[in-house]
Amino acid sequence: MKLELRKVTKRFGDFTANDSIDLTVTPGSVHCLLGENGAGKSTLMNVIFGLYRPTEGQIYIDDQPVNFKGPEDAMAAGIGMVHQHFMLVPVFTVAENVALGSESVKGLTLDLETTRQKIREISDRYGFEVDPDALVEDLPVGVQQRVEIIKALVREAQVLILDEPTAVLTPAETDQLLGIMDQLRKDGKSLLFISHKLREVREISDDITVIRRGKVVGQADPSMSSSELASLMVGKEVQLTVDKEEPTYTDKLFEVENLTLIGDNGVPLLKEVSFQVRGGEILAVAGVQGNGQTELAETIIGLHPKATGSMKLGGKELLGLKTKQVLAAGVGFVPEDRNKDGLVGDFSIAENLILDLYDRPQFSAAGSLKKAAIAENARQAGDLFDIRMGSIEHHASTLSGGNQQKIVVARELSRDLELFVASQPTRGVDVGSIEFIHKRIVQERDKGLPVIIVSTELDEVYGLADRIAVFFHGELMWVVPADTPRSVLGQMMAGASYSEALEAENQDQARPTTPWSEGE
Amino acid sequence: MTLTAESSSSAPAQAKNWKNPVIYTVLALLSTFLIGLRAPATTISLGVADQVSWLDLDPLQISPVAYGWTASLIMLALAGYALYATQTGRPIGRWLAPTFWFFFATGLLTWALGSTSNPSLSLVSLLNGAVLLSIPMIFGSMGGLLCERSGIVNIAIEGQLLLGAFSAALVGSMTKNPWLGLLAAMAGGLLVSALLALFSIKYLVDQVIVGVVVNVLVSGLTGFLFARVLEPNASVLNSAPRLPAFEIPVLSQIPVLGPVLFNQNVLVYLMYLVVGLIWFALNKTRWGLRTRAVGEHPKAADTLGVKVNRLRAGNVLLAGAVAGMGGAFFTLVSVSSFNSDMTAGQGYIALAALIFGRWTPIGALSAALLFGFSLNLQYVLSILGTSVPTELLAMMPYLVTIFAVAGLVGRSRGPAAVGTAYVKE
Amino acid sequence: MSETQKNTPAPQPSTWAKIAGGNIGLSIGAVLASFILGGLLIAATDPATQKAASYFFARPTDTLVAGWTAATEAYMALFQGAFYNPAGRSFAQQIRPITETLTVATPLIFAGLAVALSFRAGLFNIGAQGQVILGALVSGWVAINAGLPAAATIPLIILGGIIGGGIWGGIIGLLKAKTGAHEVILSIMMNYIAANLLVYLLKTPLLQREGSSNPISEQLGADAVYPLLLGNPFRLHLGFIIALLAVLFVSWLLNRSTLGFRLRAVGANPNAATTAGISVSNSYIIVMAISGALAGLAGSAQVAGTEKVISTGIAGSLGFDAITVALLGRSTPWGTFWAALLFGAFRAGGVTMQVSTGTDIDIVLVLQALIVLFIAAPPLVRAIFRLPNPQGVPHKKSARKSKKAQEA
Repeated sequence: MKLELRKVTKRFGDFTANDSIDLTVTPGSVHCLLGENGAGKSTLMNVIFGLYRPTEGQIYIDDQPVNFKGPEDAMAAGIGMVHQHFMLVPVFTVAENVALGSESVKGLTLDLETTRQKIREISDRYGFEVDPDALVEDLPVGVQQRVEIIKALVREAQVLILDEPTAVLTPAETDQLLGIMDQLRKDGKSLLFISHKLREVREISDDITVIRRGKVVGQADPSMSSSELASLMVGKEVQLTVDKEEPTYTDKLFEVENLTLIGDNGVPLLKEVSFQVRGGEILAVAGVQGNGQTELAETIIGLHPKATGSMKLGGKELLGLKTKQVLAAGVGFVPEDRNKDGLVGDFSIAENLILDLYDRPQFSAAGSLKKAAIAENARQAGDLFDIRMGSIEHHASTLSGGNQQKIVVARELSRDLELFVASQPTRGVDVGSIEFIHKRIVQERDKGLPVIIVSTELDEVYGLADRIAVFFHGELMWVVPADTPRSVLGQMMAGASYSEALEAENQDQARPTTPWSEGE
Repeated sequence: MTLTAESSSSAPAQAKNWKNPVIYTVLALLSTFLIGLRAPATTISLGVADQVSWLDLDPLQISPVAYGWTASLIMLALAGYALYATQTGRPIGRWLAPTFWFFFATGLLTWALGSTSNPSLSLVSLLNGAVLLSIPMIFGSMGGLLCERSGIVNIAIEGQLLLGAFSAALVGSMTKNPWLGLLAAMAGGLLVSALLALFSIKYLVDQVIVGVVVNVLVSGLTGFLFARVLEPNASVLNSAPRLPAFEIPVLSQIPVLGPVLFNQNVLVYLMYLVVGLIWFALNKTRWGLRTRAVGEHPKAADTLGVKVNRLRAGNVLLAGAVAGMGGAFFTLVSVSSFNSDMTAGQGYIALAALIFGRWTPIGALSAALLFGFSLNLQYVLSILGTSVPTELLAMMPYLVTIFAVAGLVGRSRGPAAVGTAYVKE
Repeated sequence: MSETQKNTPAPQPSTWAKIAGGNIGLSIGAVLASFILGGLLIAATDPATQKAASYFFARPTDTLVAGWTAATEAYMALFQGAFYNPAGRSFAQQIRPITETLTVATPLIFAGLAVALSFRAGLFNIGAQGQVILGALVSGWVAINAGLPAAATIPLIILGGIIGGGIWGGIIGLLKAKTGAHEVILSIMMNYIAANLLVYLLKTPLLQREGSSNPISEQLGADAVYPLLLGNPFRLHLGFIIALLAVLFVSWLLNRSTLGFRLRAVGANPNAATTAGISVSNSYIIVMAISGALAGLAGSAQVAGTEKVISTGIAGSLGFDAITVALLGRSTPWGTFWAALLFGAFRAGGVTMQVSTGTDIDIVLVLQALIVLFIAAPPLVRAIFRLPNPQGVPHKKSARKSKKAQEA
């Protein structure tokens, strides 16, 4: 089944998310839609899947125009979607999740047996190994994703849309997924694969369409090099490195020893993590999302009081302190999700700039806020960090992501620090702001602070790191030099030890492999 | 009381859980003190064979002192065992919790009955009254369940009951037909639900706020209409015929349970039907699957083509009709005329029953029956001339609900998406 | 706007933000619409109108005139009972209604502030009813047993209200903070426990009037009541002044104080507050205790100011009225104050209306609820009155769209 988009445009008010997009996905092929975060990929997917209606333009299936009023129309037409955030009910079984929306019934009662049967068939055919009666919340992420694929296949989807499917997967799970995609392609399905990860895109795609700021900027060939693809994607030669000098170490020291954190369900989130960061260096923490890096950053700032072990900053124990005390000890912290943890959207920009400083003598006296000092602080920060805003009284939620992130960074850098911790400091931030924030982070390091950066973007890790700490399943695999090859880092992110990874790297030099053709 | 059984057995093995043993110890000591400090002197005469023609048993003669001490000692022993088992890391058997609660409840009951001036009563009438009194709470909690399992908080149960009672009285009196009154009650509840659905689903107003305000509106409206229209014309507009009560042959001859469950008002039989239907529909049908999905993860349901807000609106309306039937109890079963604010907060107890019953039909039914029992016990005790203040007894449903939501007695968690409006992106 | 915020779900606009998002025109529109609906209700249930309606098709104007008369007479009586009575024989009698309005509004101001404050910290204190009762119980007990001169007793009474309500509210905050239980459910349960506790205590020697078999306390002595502000025959008492002070206090608390900053941050985004070192659970306990204390002061005002005795009906329906007050006042301190005055006027005028026109006072509840419902759903009022869509407050649909655009 062929899916074709002709001049599809989607506007929200004045904002054009998709501008006259042309795209054709042919049966038996994987068509990749490549673009940066925020380029309009997800919007386009939602248009194809009937969640949004195109403002202009037309979608064709096998050259027949179609108009979807909702996802049910898209599904009926043979389009299936694997959402970036899984659309699964956690307390339902696999069978119930798959049945939902297109249930078989026997008389009045639900007939789950038919669904189970179908799940087993598909599971056997593609080697999914999914138990129809397992509760979804008990399943690992990779299996949950397969349930999503089963949902589409049970509905006899001929066109499969995969929206950033590898964002939550380990490299091994990613390879498995690519293998599944290859099988589906061989079965004659049309796959639309959305990603901004160049390696995967080059490995699996037959065609590549690159979009930027809502527009198609060109077709690319899978044989193009990563840097060529990257420059198409972002529109200019990407500056992957950050200008920085060799580190000058100071005697400020942050030591973590045997840090352990057990989750509510008894699963260890951090396992006896030990490392040191010296003043004047940046330790970048790398790993696939969800391998304990988030918890590490949160534990440092005191958000997990149950953690055990030790964290000493300049000899002072931080573990056991409350968040407020940790902040007072001179730790600056940029959380990974600014909208959730970094900002109060309904507060003014000025108020957000003192969110963790409001009760310091600088901004308050006798329980009352010093409004003038707060306003002055906001004006200064605005100038210093180039925050583009109408007025300091505007709500933070009215700003763009880059400017919001600058507020958080400005706030955390506006006091005397002993340690700076930033999680995903440039996630969802425009290119200009990325450079600015990276520069500021390097400045802190050059002031002699120990700096910890948590990032899932390898480019950022390589750009900032003096050393790289790799996390897998809550364990610190090793701290490696900043010039460690990507492939070695990738192996370690999938659970290999440093020596194993180096060894595998040396072997791999010899034989070219398709990652999914082995090991399953 | 068996609802609480799960908490002890499901305790994770790795951590020592002192919560339940400590609760047992405290309660066991409490009941020992009660019996020690104020042992009732009289003997309770408890009829057990009433209304069963083929059985002729003398009433049981129970000495509250003897029973009280026995129960207290057993409870102390059980609590001691629980403490010991926890200390040594042994699993506590599933049998312990129900046994403990049985002796606690019966011990307390005999103590309370024994402290009345004339402790002679029939077990059948005690339980029969409890079932009857729990009717509005059961229908109310079923109305709450239909709403909340699909993700809409139903604080408006009180309003649904009240308008149900009002319209039942009005239409029942005008038509002289209790069945039309019952239909009108359902329509009344539905009307309240329509407001709830309109504001919470269409206008995205906070569901709790709408519920509270709608309750105020219904209270004002029915109070106003009662004073201005019903009361001046009470003989025409406010004297409804009652719904009939009848015995179900054979079944009603089962000792104790027969007359309690099968010699009842027709509304009780309808309740069995409604609870059964809701249980079946929720767990076994397509509608049920979708309802549960929408209450847990509406967006997932939406991407599969389930019309989230339409389904929710439908459920809210249905919930109103069901809760409205409970309202009919007040004016077509209990008494035959409306009075302002006559539901007296039972809608809120229904909500408590729903929560205490962990949002399941059977759980909510059991909790509502328990609350109905406590309500009936207050009446019975005050008729028997008790020296125990009934107000303290009246607090019980509220206290146990607080314990339930605070996790002291099991853990009560609602559907994940309850309370949040679904806005399609 | 091109940056993505992919990982964040669309934040639900907080209740308080929605409540605060309207404007004055909208409030007036809501009040008008409610009055019209209420008027229709009065007209439709008026016996004279109904009689005229029986020959509606012969002389339809009769019905309309009768209905109009019924509604306007009722509202006129309401107005006269609430503000100014032109038929009064003395000046004092003429202005008595407005002082009654202020008297009735006094506990509404306290309780309304209690609910409004909780809204701002992201909680819904539906338990003002119970907190009013506990405030009344402790204040009343102090007043009856103090046996001190007025200058010492009155501060103790005020303190009693603060402690009684504060503890009752604090328990809710504590349970919420420690167990995560929902405050709405806890509040409802605590309300009923308080109501039963009130009746129970009024039947025990602790509070029951000597020689009485009814649940009622001793009359408060002359040294144990709030002084009258305007002297006899006006009932307006010290409580109103304390209420004004409470408005100023809450205003300072929310807008100028560090504590208020903290509570608002918790209300608007508890996650960000936690990350900024603010303890959310402590904030919940603090705000519920302050909220409860404010509601408790309503109980003190009722006992020591208006009623001068503890009875089972001491809290009336204050707790639920308070919710409508806070909603109409958009959870701001002064908004709450004016809303309390309006609903106080309804209550005070409602009594006159019932006496002089036979229109039951329950119509006031209907008006209250309708006003709040209309305010909660701005599109409805805008549609009825064709109000312009004010700038800066985008129409709901476009607001949703622009938010979406940010996400895209």
